[in-house]
Amino acid sequence: MIRLEKRAEPSQAWSLATPLVAVLATMVVGGLLFGALGTNPVEAIRTIFWEPLFGEFAFYYRPQLLVKGAPLVLIAIGLSLGFRAGIWNIGAEGQYIIGALTGAGVALAFYPLDAWFIFPLMVIAGALGGCAWAMIPAILKTRFGTNEILVSLMLVYVAEQLLASMSLGLMKNPEGFGFPGSRNLQQYDSAHNAELFAGTGMHWGVVAALIAVIFAYVLLNRHMLGYQIRLTGEAPRAARFAGVKPARLVLFCLGMSGALAGLAGLFEVSGPAGQVSIDFNVGYGFTAIIVAFLGRLHPVGILLAGGLMALTYIGGEIAQSQLGLPAAAIQAFQGMLLFFLLALDLLTNFRPRIGQTREAV
Amino acid sequence: MDLSAINPVLLIASLMVAATPLLLAAIGELVVEKAGVLNLGVEGMMIVGAISGFAIAVESGSPMLGFAAAALGGAVLSLLFALLTQFALANQVASGLALTLFGLGLSALMGQSYVGIKPPATAQLNIPVLSDLPVVGPILFGHDPVLYFGILLVALVWALLKFSRIGLILRAVGESHDAAHALGYKVVTIRVLAILFGGACAGLGGAYISLIRVPQWTEGMTAGVGWIALALVVFASWKPWRALLGAYLFGGITVLQLNLQAAGVAIPVEYLAMSPYLITILVLVILSADKSRAPGSLGKTFHASQ
Repeated sequence: MIRLEKRAEPSQAWSLATPLVAVLATMVVGGLLFGALGTNPVEAIRTIFWEPLFGEFAFYYRPQLLVKGAPLVLIAIGLSLGFRAGIWNIGAEGQYIIGALTGAGVALAFYPLDAWFIFPLMVIAGALGGCAWAMIPAILKTRFGTNEILVSLMLVYVAEQLLASMSLGLMKNPEGFGFPGSRNLQQYDSAHNAELFAGTGMHWGVVAALIAVIFAYVLLNRHMLGYQIRLTGEAPRAARFAGVKPARLVLFCLGMSGALAGLAGLFEVSGPAGQVSIDFNVGYGFTAIIVAFLGRLHPVGILLAGGLMALTYIGGEIAQSQLGLPAAAIQAFQGMLLFFLLALDLLTNFRPRIGQTREAV
Repeated sequence: MDLSAINPVLLIASLMVAATPLLLAAIGELVVEKAGVLNLGVEGMMIVGAISGFAIAVESGSPMLGFAAAALGGAVLSLLFALLTQFALANQVASGLALTLFGLGLSALMGQSYVGIKPPATAQLNIPVLSDLPVVGPILFGHDPVLYFGILLVALVWALLKFSRIGLILRAVGESHDAAHALGYKVVTIRVLAILFGGACAGLGGAYISLIRVPQWTEGMTAGVGWIALALVVFASWKPWRALLGAYLFGGITVLQLNLQAAGVAIPVEYLAMSPYLITILVLVILSADKSRAPGSLGKTFHASQ
């Protein structure tokens, strides 16, 4: 009989090993799933994980890795702060949309003015927009004790409707021949989040993501607030005695994750996406939840996990066009990864023992 | 704008239809939460139920077989959640989210060849005289059997929780798993059973959307109903009859909002479509003052060594 024995200390080794084992397990089970769909499993896994990096067209896919990874890392860093303290913002998708709307709104308001200050203003507006959207659940939680999980999620649907309304109404391109969607910001130089070095995929969003990683690392390891976040997550009672103010923490964690998600939205709308349109959001806000957990809620881990998840996105697209693997398969694949990760986490905190129970504990 | 185009009798009848998926999912989640488990995967279980039910109904031609498959599909998915939270002792919030993300992907995968197909129609109850009565007929006697089953389920859950020994044990496990464990009850077994029940109910609710309410299959068609069901449990203060009331209230808002869209009210469609979500938030705010009703061990992990 297998039984579990609680470890006195979480195992450091397993904590690092679980993401890797989870990825391997997902490859195996995901491969079986692809096999069941009639695709050669080895070929599918190779296409997803190898092709974007070292395949024939890798020169095209490698920059995409940065483009797709940056928003994931930006959002996941913000989410991880809250997740560590037991504050669950799962509405990042909504904050991402609102950030894009406020940022693009600034650009469209100034169109066609050509000035250096437009892009910085957009960045500020995007961060503030996302932050404000996240402040709704934050304030409702601190003022009324409302569950932030449900409120932040409901606001995703509200934001999606707002996005539809904007791209069909207020922000619609007046020269767009009646098609939905705003002016293309890629053709408006002052507002365009262009590649910093041509052909690398490196845009301001990537820079922001890297800064966020460093910032989060310093915050969590060298700052009082970071210490309070970790303390609240690991020992809520001790945190209360130590004088941590839960309301302040809720406002900070939600506000920060909202601002980062808003930034991600702004960099996307002004760069790779180019315009506000009905189908602008593609689920980065939800995938970032997986990224945050896969990265062990640690800034450096999130950076790596964001890269891996971007890889599955791009690899999934290649597999879609080359092997006819359905787009949804990759979504199920990503969800499966989170399952394995959570299940294997058991080994971090518990030690499996095989044999008879010695005595009642 | 022509508000007279809205027929109150049809409005109430369609309100009951709109409320049923919510009700089924909420009553299942209510039992799960009464056992002290917070399963945030309702949306995922609903959408998997929606496609399993749809597929089986189309293949077999029998909607009832479809509903059975939906319940099974939801329960199988919830078994994953049970394994994660009860045996692997994973965080319930994260596991629930994983279930939803996985369910959305899996359902899209399963449903690829079912887009644009019409499912077999579910027979409506037709009692010779009663169903033809004006006003009362379409409201009370003109629905499909699943709708009545939903109401029956509320009564059953209420009676079981309140009067039966099983209900008492379930509530004990939810209020304090340590005390229940000390008394010799199998905390994990009871919770797993509750989770499976919740999964089956959510699956049924999902299939109700794809087979009766809409009826067709589109990706992500549950569109947040599972999350509203979760809010509904809070709204109901974990009481079955109040869940029924809440479901009809939300169903009413959804239907009214659709009717207003059709009647051409001067409010843009998008803002009307937001309303159910905004009202859910409003209701949550109003009700969140009263936390005393929540089961004591809700969302906490149980391991016999602790």
